[in-house]
Amino acid sequence: MSDTQSPEPKGAIAKFLAASPDSVGKTIFIAVAVCLVASMVVSAAAVSLRPVQEANALKDKQINVLQVAGVYEPGTDVSEAFAAFEPHVLELSTGAFVDDQFDPATFDDLAAASDPELSVALNDDPAGIGRKALYRVVYLLRDDSGALDKVILPLHGYGLWSTLYGFIALENNGNDIYGLQFYQHGETPGLGAEVDNPRWKALWNGKKLRDDAGDLQITVSKSQPTAGPDFYVDALAGATLTSVGVDNLVKFWMGDAGYAPFLAKLQAGEI
Amino acid sequence: MSQTKKEMLVDPLVDNNPITLQVLGICSALAVTSSLQVSMVMALAVIFVTSFSSFFISCLRNQIPGSIRIIVQMVIIASLVILVDQILKAYAFEISKTLSVFVGLIITNCIVMGRAEAFAMKNPPVASFIDGMGNGMGYGLILLLVGFIRELFGNGSLFGVTILETVNNGGWYVPNGMLLLPPSAFFIIGLIIWAFRTWKPNQVEEREYKIQQVEAH
Repeated sequence: MSDTQSPEPKGAIAKFLAASPDSVGKTIFIAVAVCLVASMVVSAAAVSLRPVQEANALKDKQINVLQVAGVYEPGTDVSEAFAAFEPHVLELSTGAFVDDQFDPATFDDLAAASDPELSVALNDDPAGIGRKALYRVVYLLRDDSGALDKVILPLHGYGLWSTLYGFIALENNGNDIYGLQFYQHGETPGLGAEVDNPRWKALWNGKKLRDDAGDLQITVSKSQPTAGPDFYVDALAGATLTSVGVDNLVKFWMGDAGYAPFLAKLQAGEI
Repeated sequence: MSQTKKEMLVDPLVDNNPITLQVLGICSALAVTSSLQVSMVMALAVIFVTSFSSFFISCLRNQIPGSIRIIVQMVIIASLVILVDQILKAYAFEISKTLSVFVGLIITNCIVMGRAEAFAMKNPPVASFIDGMGNGMGYGLILLLVGFIRELFGNGSLFGVTILETVNNGGWYVPNGMLLLPPSAFFIIGLIIWAFRTWKPNQVEEREYKIQQVEAH
């Protein structure tokens, strides 16, 4: 700033600029000034861009819900298509909606999982998630006549390197799988990350969760289980631990600790 | 000043490339180059941060006390990096998800600190800006080269557009999965360094010692 220093500085500011930068006063002044300016720039950027960022995060989540329900095409108006989905806050233990206690539009079930009042620590924890939120936000898709078409349920669990976050879409009978999709994970590219491969995801379509006796049979494995092809999704080649993780997390969330009470109600036609 | 402005901009591309000659900034070059689009955004982010951090640090260079100069440089660099991160999150959300922590880690990228300390503290603002931009571009060039090789042969695509139809999607190309893992970037960068030094032999470092042949008595 003072490339050309005049021989005799005039005025307080010029004197200050010409002073040795190593004096104590100037060191403190520069430290404070730089921090002040930098923090103002950073906070101005953060505050002014926050609405756009929040809209992005919301849109991202909505796109994933649309994709798992099979209604997303590139170029779809996301917020318009998403308006067909009804969000509800579900109490896992009872399988009932508690929309009067929480606002489904703003309730953050992943944040709730670390809130002691809204979650429980898991002793039996096959999905490797540590704590389970007592409430989850689920989405109902109705057809044009208003009849229930699909339900979209969030699930997550540990794979090989990372927690996989995703959605499962079930048909209105609460037993037939329409699709499974993960929107966030850090599995090995080319191996575990093949959970994103459309060909593998297509394997889930039409599979069933429970057999006629009501036992949870859905399995991700290398060979077909005794329950039959309707309950079997071929594991990913070269990604044993990711496949085991997906198997565990689907079984956990579809089981009694997860959505089983809700699915029972769905089958009984109470939703 | 011995260098012209054009030299300052072009020199770091090949002759004085921060990755291949100075071997700086390798960590992020390994992490973000599995796809070309992400490499491109990372390169632009680093070019932005190196040029502007050099510029601002150079503006303040006569006022920065020697005892806290590194901290002052870090504050300026970190603020610019946060700025980039926030803008990416707002306007390039998908890419910012892939880049995740690596945008934040530009703060610790040795190239940025290196140019601030070695050049911007001793040179006027415009020259520092160009020097920072040149070095950012040198980094970006290697990133794009590595990203090109890794995405084409690891995924069969460029910028996400399929070039070689992979077997998983019903095509003929068996992708080399190793290229999608970070260690492959080590090999590719090593090969690029080898190629550069064969092309420009003056980049080869002097041997620190030599095995001598002694006549037997």
